[in-house]
Amino acid sequence: MSGAQTEDVHKEPSMRLQKDMIGGHFQALANAKKNGKKVVYTFVPGNLAELLAAFEVLPVLPEINALQSGMRKKSGMFIGEAEKLGHSEDVCTYVKCDIGMLKNGNIGPTGEKLPDPDLLLLSYTGCFTFLKWFELLRQEYDCPIAMLHVPYQADGKIEPGHREYVVNQLRTEVIPKLEEVTGKKFDIDKLREHLKLSVQAEDDFVAVLESAKHRPSPIDSYFGGVYYIGPMFTSFRGSEAGVTYYRALRQEVEKRLAAGVGPITPDGPMGEEKFRLVVEGPPNWTSFREFWKMFHDEGAVVVASSYTKVGGLYDRGFRHDPENPLETLADYCAGCYTNLNLPQRIDLLCQYVEEFDADGLLINSVKSCNSFSAGQLLILREVEKRTGRPGGFVESDLVDPRYFSGANIKNRLESYLQMIDQKRSVGVSAAPGMPHSKVDVEMGP
Amino acid sequence: MSKMSQVNALVERADALYRDADFTAVQRWKEANPGAKAVGYLPIYVPRELIHAAGMLPVGVTGHGDIEIIRGDAYFQSYICHLPRSVVELGVSGRLDSLDGILFPSICDVVRNLSGMWKVMFPDRWTKYFDVPQNFDMEVGGKFYRAELNSVRHDLEELGGKPILDDALRASIAVYNENRQKLEALYDARSRKPWKVPAWESYLMVRAGFVLPVEEHNALLDEYLALAMARDEKSKDHIRVVVTGAFCEQPPVEMIRTLERAGCYIVDDDFLLGSRWLRQDVNAEGDPIFALADAFLNHSTSAPSKYQEDGKNGEALVAIAKEKKADGIVFCAPSFCDPALLDQPMAVAAVERADIPYTSFLYSENTGQFQVIREQAGTFADSIRLWSNS
Repeated sequence: MSGAQTEDVHKEPSMRLQKDMIGGHFQALANAKKNGKKVVYTFVPGNLAELLAAFEVLPVLPEINALQSGMRKKSGMFIGEAEKLGHSEDVCTYVKCDIGMLKNGNIGPTGEKLPDPDLLLLSYTGCFTFLKWFELLRQEYDCPIAMLHVPYQADGKIEPGHREYVVNQLRTEVIPKLEEVTGKKFDIDKLREHLKLSVQAEDDFVAVLESAKHRPSPIDSYFGGVYYIGPMFTSFRGSEAGVTYYRALRQEVEKRLAAGVGPITPDGPMGEEKFRLVVEGPPNWTSFREFWKMFHDEGAVVVASSYTKVGGLYDRGFRHDPENPLETLADYCAGCYTNLNLPQRIDLLCQYVEEFDADGLLINSVKSCNSFSAGQLLILREVEKRTGRPGGFVESDLVDPRYFSGANIKNRLESYLQMIDQKRSVGVSAAPGMPHSKVDVEMGP
Repeated sequence: MSKMSQVNALVERADALYRDADFTAVQRWKEANPGAKAVGYLPIYVPRELIHAAGMLPVGVTGHGDIEIIRGDAYFQSYICHLPRSVVELGVSGRLDSLDGILFPSICDVVRNLSGMWKVMFPDRWTKYFDVPQNFDMEVGGKFYRAELNSVRHDLEELGGKPILDDALRASIAVYNENRQKLEALYDARSRKPWKVPAWESYLMVRAGFVLPVEEHNALLDEYLALAMARDEKSKDHIRVVVTGAFCEQPPVEMIRTLERAGCYIVDDDFLLGSRWLRQDVNAEGDPIFALADAFLNHSTSAPSKYQEDGKNGEALVAIAKEKKADGIVFCAPSFCDPALLDQPMAVAAVERADIPYTSFLYSENTGQFQVIREQAGTFADSIRLWSNS
């Protein structure tokens, strides 16, 4: 989930390691056809990295392409291109960015063309747009598509029948199509080996996330967090490279923890930690660095975020289980953040505010993502009410630069932080029902 | 009373039901059936047979374009469609108090999340998200769907305090089969003689079924169709269009009238699609849960919220346009409707391949100005009348 950086940017050693890993992956993709490697396009939430690794195929994740286009300032042009082709202004900009990129030669971040897919693996977890996205891509590519429908956790748990449904689809739809495309027989022991590697990396990843409970937090769990989730949520879960990365990352963070220092930002080590926030919603990618700067300039560190859970809630105890390979994949898919119902999301955010001793919840509501955004205003109210800590609300988009208004966001963020400060100075926390930084409208029945 | 007066009276009655944001018809039904319960459902499709077999009244909740949104807007950002705002407004203003429970079918991320919001906002009311399979293999998706149906059945049994017997469910399937046949007959008549069965009237007749018991709705449909076909109306020089994209959030009925007044006979549409989701009778014998699952998996309509397994997005629309001898297609979707708008480029491509003229615009359920739509539709109709090859 990381993107392009300029040379004057401060980087943690793990970021350099990740950059090399990603570079290697894109190199492998560029040479995939030459080397006879099969390529599978799939989505981040609930992806089947270990299964794909067991078939030795190379994944391409269109959301990552889109966010990297956003960070490289190309998404505006790609979105415009898609809109000219008839895609509505009202819909997800990840989709339009991807379509625009495709129509412009599908050039990846390393400047080389991404290979066409041999299979579209539509892992439809927590987002209806995924379904339409791959239907759109299917119009462009002459390749099979495998559909994996993951039921929603409507009642706040993974029902046994839902697990069985996903496993049945893996057995009858996904695995046969992977066998067909690769010409390889499914090897469940190979899958188990990859799952074992996942568990190792997952343990280290959780240690990194949990480090933010300390004061000062040695990490930023949102802006820095998007780097930390990169390998785990994409192509490197279940790989030796992933294990190495998370071991190195954990050591790096533990070193900062021991030294009592805060996160590294693109502008250098962060100064005094003045505010501890929980953030809900994805970040904006087109002005990522500017967005982060608004926080670290104010001494605000994000100690927990929901976005870093779109690829699984490892911090709540989930680990891949090599003993039950297909069932664990089903549980993983169903357990991703956007597949949780609203009450679960509220509970989780309240827990984060309490456990990480945060000053409050800030929501970055992105226009493009209804899966995240629909219901966020209620989430904000409920978390405020239950925790007694104030909430803040800013709006932007994922990769559409037209929807990033830096001045507005900065203004709102500063007002929110001032409100927290004021409450501290008078020695009270926000009481339930107190106005938050955006809407002060009566809600509820 | 003349036939014209009689049909007007029926239309007025249906119009009153359509505009009644207080669901008075539901309250009256409950008063007439002491102790009986009413269960709401959002678009698009739920198996109303289960609710009916439980002795309850299924009530369609499709939002409302005429009510003032006082608190509903405080729950949603500006880039989210209008339907959830009015549904929340109906809920928080007490207008849905006659409902003892509500089903949120799997349509899109907004309605999905609304189901969780409802659990938080109305913790004492039965709220159920109704998931539907996107895998259409009876042994895989069918098994999952049967479990979902049984889960709804179980919950309704608890809500009603009595079991739903298979015989009752089979009887409900039979009465809804009649309803589907009558709706099909209405659409067929409209396609054949749209000057006798205008789309706006037909819409109101279908919509009446959202608050009336199905038996009463069946009688209404029969009566209306007989009277409408008997009236002395002459065909006008209108083009024939299929309207698509309006399956969830509903356009104001005035917008449908506007299209017709602009010179477009609407010979098919996807308004209130859930009522016509199943395209053939459900087997009313044998295992009723299996029959409902079979109908959903194997005999349901094509829609943007449903995975298009064969990749032929838009081909079903083209087929309908050809079958109904449409001169053109009107893409008419609500603003910010992800399924409709993400699907539209694929449908447009299919329509272009078939060389069918089309136009498109957006609406919301509370759209109040129709002049621009009238001009656009009128221009579209003129262009086909004046310059088409046919």
